[in-house]
Amino acid sequence: MPTATGLLLPSPALIPGPAGDADDWLAALAPEAPERERAIEALHAVLLRAARFEVSRRRASLAHVRGEELDDIALQAADDALVAVLAKLGEFRGESRFTTWAYKFALLEAGVRVRRRAWQDREVVLDSDSWARLAPSSPGPDAAAESAELLRAVSECIRRTLTPHQRRVLVPLAIDGVPIDVLAERLGTTRGALYKTLHDARRRLRAALAERGFPIEAS
Amino acid sequence: MDEPTPDEILARVLGPAAPELGCDECFEQLDAYVELELSGAPADARVPGMAPHLEGCPACRDEYESLRALAAEDPR
Repeated sequence: MPTATGLLLPSPALIPGPAGDADDWLAALAPEAPERERAIEALHAVLLRAARFEVSRRRASLAHVRGEELDDIALQAADDALVAVLAKLGEFRGESRFTTWAYKFALLEAGVRVRRRAWQDREVVLDSDSWARLAPSSPGPDAAAESAELLRAVSECIRRTLTPHQRRVLVPLAIDGVPIDVLAERLGTTRGALYKTLHDARRRLRAALAERGFPIEAS
Repeated sequence: MDEPTPDEILARVLGPAAPELGCDECFEQLDAYVELELSGAPADARVPGMAPHLEGCPACRDEYESLRALAAEDPR
């Protein structure tokens, strides 16, 4: 069955398929199910489709990487997603189609791999002072001048208001454009933990700017 | 790549003003949110905090966009 991504899926006769009932997938993947091995193969095919889809969408960031390696990234992502999906089958709540639920594991694994591969040879400056250069020095039109004034205040609040750890997270993520999964790997932490720090830093900055009279909605 | 404008930098630094989910909650509810959207249901009302999080977290937004595109390909 050709798909929009040009992949061939296994025959629908063998598996529940993308439109298949979640109960069929869960029954076929149950530990004692006689068709479990075939169902796992079918699930892997579904996950590989999603992983290839993600790698294909993000390949502009991997222009220097060969096609074989791209496919290897997708295959590793599908393999790890399969382990995650099988371990979390009991958490499927039926709030979406089974395949939509499963896709997200492959997209996560593939996305993380693509971002890390794209930054593999790039330096991440953890104590960057790029916040100090936020405000443009050249005068611009009125609207730009307002933004420039706000940027100068943001720069000052980053220096005075944030903790060193908050600066260490906010500056690479929000100013230097380092992907969150890359920074998480370099700092030995998780995306969720880093985003919590980023969120707290943003709240603190918003509050500080509002105190200084800038029309900023405090979150 | 073009240099970000001052407004783009401000948006990235200050993030969304509205209350938002964290990355873990986003991942947990992303499939349901996408399918609510695809079915025309009020996804933002049913999953509060998702839209602001997707605005503030580029990685989760990438996954949302891909999941929505993939799920839309499947027969309903």
